[in-house]
Amino acid sequence: MTKELWKGNEAIAEAAVRAGLEAYFGYPITPQTEVLEYLSRRMPELGRAFVQAESELGAVNMVYGAACTGVRVMSSSSSPGVSLMMEGLSYIAGTEVPAVLVNVMRGGPGLGNIAPAQSDYNQAVHGGGHGDYPRIVLAPASVQEAIDLTVLSFDLAEKYRMICMLILDGAIGQMMEPAEMPEMKPVQRKDFDWATNGTMGKRDRRLLTSIYLNPLDEEQTNLRLFNRWKEVQASEVRYKEYFIEDAEIVIVGFGTAGRVALSAVRAAREQGIKVGLLRPITVSPFPTERLDQLTGQARAFLVTEMNTGQMLNDVQLAVRGRVPVEFYGRPGGVVPFPDEILGEIKRIISAPATVDTDARDAWLTRMTQHA
Amino acid sequence: MQKEIIISGFGGQGVLFAGQVVAYAAMDSGKQVTWIPSYGPEMRGGTANCTVVIADHEIGSPLVKNPPFVIALNLPSFDKYEPLMQAGGTLIVNQSMVDHQARRNDIHVLMVPCNEIAEEIGDKKLMNMVSVGALLSGLTEVSLKEVEKALEAHLPARHKHLLPKNYEALKRGFEHAQKEWDKVPA
Repeated sequence: MTKELWKGNEAIAEAAVRAGLEAYFGYPITPQTEVLEYLSRRMPELGRAFVQAESELGAVNMVYGAACTGVRVMSSSSSPGVSLMMEGLSYIAGTEVPAVLVNVMRGGPGLGNIAPAQSDYNQAVHGGGHGDYPRIVLAPASVQEAIDLTVLSFDLAEKYRMICMLILDGAIGQMMEPAEMPEMKPVQRKDFDWATNGTMGKRDRRLLTSIYLNPLDEEQTNLRLFNRWKEVQASEVRYKEYFIEDAEIVIVGFGTAGRVALSAVRAAREQGIKVGLLRPITVSPFPTERLDQLTGQARAFLVTEMNTGQMLNDVQLAVRGRVPVEFYGRPGGVVPFPDEILGEIKRIISAPATVDTDARDAWLTRMTQHA
Repeated sequence: MQKEIIISGFGGQGVLFAGQVVAYAAMDSGKQVTWIPSYGPEMRGGTANCTVVIADHEIGSPLVKNPPFVIALNLPSFDKYEPLMQAGGTLIVNQSMVDHQARRNDIHVLMVPCNEIAEEIGDKKLMNMVSVGALLSGLTEVSLKEVEKALEAHLPARHKHLLPKNYEALKRGFEHAQKEWDKVPA
């Protein structure tokens, strides 16, 4: 296969098709609409199901139904639309069926705007629907990674009978980059032993539900989900490192904020500053163990995000106060430029924080002074 | 090596396509490239721009604050990007749509009457390709030949008959800009 110039949103849609997507349900919302638009043409061409639902609530519940039959199913939306889907996601998690959801995040809260943001990290990684449930969250930083992770998300969702979310932003969704698509795979409907896909009169009925009226049964379900999550944590952590070998300052950033940080790291390296970048690809499970190792090497961490410090807390949990963890963020739909992050790297050298500094407070003070 | 280009103008001037042509040429010659449009609640006749980054390493930020290369196809784009340009950068200005000279003397300013040249070729829609030709006179990382090949490879079949005129527009823009370079003080 040769490389083609792909737009992020369309690349995700085509990658899903090639991974065997059999049913898509969605509702238009910027900056995600190209996923839906592309599939509205492509899925009927292949005789597969495409439904523009009446709302995000309708879409997520159609995903739930299709997921119970064991077919590869996905939806995509952007922040406000994903919020509407949260009830359905909780039911999908409670029923232990695989589903893929793409969130092309935008500035919020509320209606916010349509500019690139990472404002839904906590919702995706920690929060979301009600009840105790883990979920896999992947954060692509390029069009190629968006393709690869879309394909992976179906495999992971099925393997662990779990929701797999992709979180990205409008910058990656709208951007074009050279990328290579995987080969088209024929749809292979797996005969999962849990799928309610019709007995054909040949086997016993199966039951899929998220209702466990007896608390002891629900407790067993919660334990089962989190025992399965331990397997995910042990096997599925992914990240990419840049200039990390001799780094004394380690930047941690995912998605667009991560790749902007890469430009800053390159500029700092040209000035002889020993700085590196850890870019989490799975933000759930989080690369906690790797950060723990790097704590022995780095004298400071700098977390860069396009929000007010959400992944920051996960980095702090990994570093556990042994070295300072600092923060730089641009919330609200603002994409930082590399020189802002370079400025922070230099500030850390000239005026470092201590382990007792509240990273978000210190950042807020600096932001307010600059404004 | 990393070079950033911003192409800006009115919606309808072919700003986004001009950027894609450069991006395709960079990709086909084995370089890393990103193309990102400004997007928002845009309206017809409003402004549009895109940023193209070309590099021989993994590209970090797809956006640039102080670009070394800008194509300004209309007056608002000229006024917006001239002050933002990197010192020593190259600014291609569509002379047909501006009414004043550049203010800075630490950048190379190439005035190109893109509309008139396109009309001489016989299709005013080619003005974006005239400006791309002019860009290539300063952007040595991408050659005229590579852009021509990219157009041939990626132009939809229904537009293939337009290739000769596109080539001519690129060439005329390139040649006009070369003459402008002679005027640029060293």
